[in-house]
Amino acid sequence: MKVIRTREWAFPVAPARREVRRATPEVDEGRPPLLFVPGFGHGAWVFAEHWLEHAADRGFPAYAVSLRGHGESAAAPKATLRAYAHDVAQVAASLPRRAVIVGHGAGALVTAHALARYPARAAVLLSPVFGGAGTALRNPMLSLPALFGGGLRLPAGQLFSRELPAGAARGYATRLGRASARAQWQLLRGRTPQPPVGDPPVLVVGSPDDRIVSDAALRRVARAYGGAPLLFPGMGHDLMLDVRWREPIDAILDWLEKSA
Amino acid sequence: MTYSAGYGDPESGGPATAWRDGWPVYDRSGTVCVIGAGPSGLTAMKNLKEQGFGVDCYERETSVGGAWNWRHDRSPVYSSTHLISSKPFSQFPDFPMPDSWADYPKHTQVLEYLEHYADHFDLKPHIWFGTEVVKVEPAEGDRWDVTTRSTGGYGGERIHRYAAVVIANGHNWSPKRPEYEGLEDFKGEVIHAAQFKDAAQLRGRKVLVVGAGNTGCDIAVEAAQQAARCWHSSRRGYWYTPKYALGRPADQVNDTMLWLRLPLRLRQLIAHRTLKTTVGDLTRFGLPKPDHKIFETHTITNSQLIYYLGHGAVTPVPDIARFHRNSVELKGGEVIEPDLVVLATGYHPVFEFIDGNLLGVDASGRPRLAMHAFPKRLPTLAVAGLLQPDSGLFPLVHWQMVAFARLLRMREAAPAKAVAVQRRLEAELDRKWTGAKVQGTSRHWFEISHTVYLKAIQRLLDELSLEGAVK
Ligand SMILES: Cc1cc2nc3c(=O)[nH]c(=O)nc-3n(C[C@H](O)[C@H](O)[C@H](O)COP(=O)(O)OP(=O)(O)OC[C@H]3O[C@@H](n4cnc5c(N)ncnc54)[C@H](O)[C@@H]3O)c2cc1C
Ligand SMILES: NC(=O)c1ccc[n+]([C@@H]2O[C@H](COP(=O)([O-])OP(=O)(O)OC[C@H]3O[C@@H](n4cnc5c(N)ncnc54)[C@H](OP(=O)(O)O)[C@@H]3O)[C@@H](O)[C@H]2O)c1
Repeated sequence: MKVIRTREWAFPVAPARREVRRATPEVDEGRPPLLFVPGFGHGAWVFAEHWLEHAADRGFPAYAVSLRGHGESAAAPKATLRAYAHDVAQVAASLPRRAVIVGHGAGALVTAHALARYPARAAVLLSPVFGGAGTALRNPMLSLPALFGGGLRLPAGQLFSRELPAGAARGYATRLGRASARAQWQLLRGRTPQPPVGDPPVLVVGSPDDRIVSDAALRRVARAYGGAPLLFPGMGHDLMLDVRWREPIDAILDWLEKSA
Repeated sequence: MTYSAGYGDPESGGPATAWRDGWPVYDRSGTVCVIGAGPSGLTAMKNLKEQGFGVDCYERETSVGGAWNWRHDRSPVYSSTHLISSKPFSQFPDFPMPDSWADYPKHTQVLEYLEHYADHFDLKPHIWFGTEVVKVEPAEGDRWDVTTRSTGGYGGERIHRYAAVVIANGHNWSPKRPEYEGLEDFKGEVIHAAQFKDAAQLRGRKVLVVGAGNTGCDIAVEAAQQAARCWHSSRRGYWYTPKYALGRPADQVNDTMLWLRLPLRLRQLIAHRTLKTTVGDLTRFGLPKPDHKIFETHTITNSQLIYYLGHGAVTPVPDIARFHRNSVELKGGEVIEPDLVVLATGYHPVFEFIDGNLLGVDASGRPRLAMHAFPKRLPTLAVAGLLQPDSGLFPLVHWQMVAFARLLRMREAAPAKAVAVQRRLEAELDRKWTGAKVQGTSRHWFEISHTVYLKAIQRLLDELSLEGAVK
């Protein structure tokens, strides 16, 4: 744990307007709030589609943030990974109670960085893209353009299983944006996040049929947090939009009821 | 997460398990007692809970926030108080202040932040409000007997036995009141800054403000706007740093120099130059020349004082020689006729509930603690927040308490190693935590440089990492 952070103190992340979508249960049963963090190119809407309402129906206040430069949040063409992690910690700290953070794709890496700056009650890393050379090699067509400032390309075929009707998949794909070139660079460089503060339990969730995150990468991330991944075969990278979206969120909520 | 004690609440008691001087002692097992629910007490509770400890906190007031709750009868905060350190230095390192707040939040926002912190981490159920600690005494096995009663002394006293105690009672509430010849005959009003709450108290009056710490300077600025006259007495020259330098909060500029790893001397040189070319030479207003270099005392951060000196709305004067019936005589012979004197002469640390010897308190009232936090030979006692940093306090006291919680954990997991760490700390009992040569008055007893101090905390945390202990 690093306590001297002169760079962060000398150059604090600039504020940015953030979109936060929410769904809260009718009665507050004291369950911890969930904060969903979308991956690069995705906005809060991907969780608003199914998961927020579902979590609220099961008694969990649910929130999703759009990282700066995504969704309805303010434009941020120069954003860094640190700025994204700051966005997450800001929203988490604003919630009434200690939050559970659920990050997806590269948003899982952002979450991992945020966990070093906010003591989450628990965390879930969904189809985590932790970057580094492995990510680039597995997805050369996706990541090569990023090296030249073009931005990661996320074609629908890579994100969803074949079960999702083509129309829906195309509809989602047209709503995707892109992370800043700088953040993508930092993703490919793959700096290891500092260890989480407050020792939260961490669950890694993914699919062996994810075409962006390899099974080995999934296991590597899970191992780093001392566990094995929870797998949903047959699903695509975007678990929360796929046809069988209900299964992973139910498993996550079950796990939370037991552990947090 | 399991708590090492879940024995219900301390009020409901249960059977007494020991006796002290004929009184029952209720055993709280592995629970840690925290005295005070100001910022230091709150972060102590949060970090102890995080490491799995049960906590009971006693707070003499009926709400959290300590000094930052200006309705508390001992709060030194006045209506215009804003933080002097900018947000990155003022917030707990794991709980950021909102982006929507300004660089230097107001005291009401700081209170809001602390209330939110308490709710977010579910601390309030552990706090016994309206309850003051009147005695803390050692018990066998490095444990502590804590005597409490309702604030103001109604009702009986109760004794609970704890595994450890954190003293977080604050050190900015007991006024330091200088003695002056002739003071008792003076017909004007004399108050300490602790009694100053609002600028309305100054309106239309002839005010003498004594002391040029941050409080004195703030009050002088208020008097410049509200009072009929304002004299400002200081017994030495200081560096008055503006809140902004080079277009950014001044403390962020300073840490940019630290980030660049510039040595202290070079930083002092750059700061002197910058101040000289922007603020200029303050002796032209009649202020004394600083008798020390910048960064040798915690800075006085005030952009407005210079402005009002320049407008002639504040008249700088030297130290007070004596009081007369209707006037005040200054060193140098000048006589002025204020009708209100505000003593902004600072505060004393007071630990009225514990034997001073345990904290190594000397005749002048100064405790002797390793890292200003850990008393000698008492591994289960810590003082939180007894620091005068060159930045904000909250991050520092957060890390103090992370370290203390780990130290307590290590006592269980690796007792021999915990003793070694304790010994190492005690060997540095008199170490200074500033890079600069600190000025000698009691105002600087707890002076620390945030980077020097945090380096020591880092070392301590590394020693306390339990992975290290297993090896
Ligand atoms: C005008 C002013 C401005 C300041 N500005 C800044 C700033 O900008 N940045 C900064 O970092 N710091 C600032 N400070 C320093 C300030 O003291 C700290 O920020 C902080 O409030 C210290 O917290 P604490 O919890 O240690 O003490 P306090 O805030 O004093 O809290 C102590 C608590 O303990 C309780 N207590 C005391 N004795 C007992 C007892 N026997 N039993 C039960 N409860 C007890 C008290 O009621 C109180 O609630 C300022 C101080 C002053 C006077
Ligand atoms: N956020 C804010 O805006 C803010 C505002 C106020 C205070 N604070 C903080 O609160 C704490 C207390 O500050 P403070 O200003 O109340 O106290 P302080 O820093 O102790 O300053 C006391 C002042 O009174 C002088 N003094 C003390 N005894 C004296 C005597 N016998 N005769 C003449 N002068 C005497 C001191 O001079 P010497 O230097 O010679 O001892 C000094 O100038 C500090 O941590 C401060 O930073 C913050």
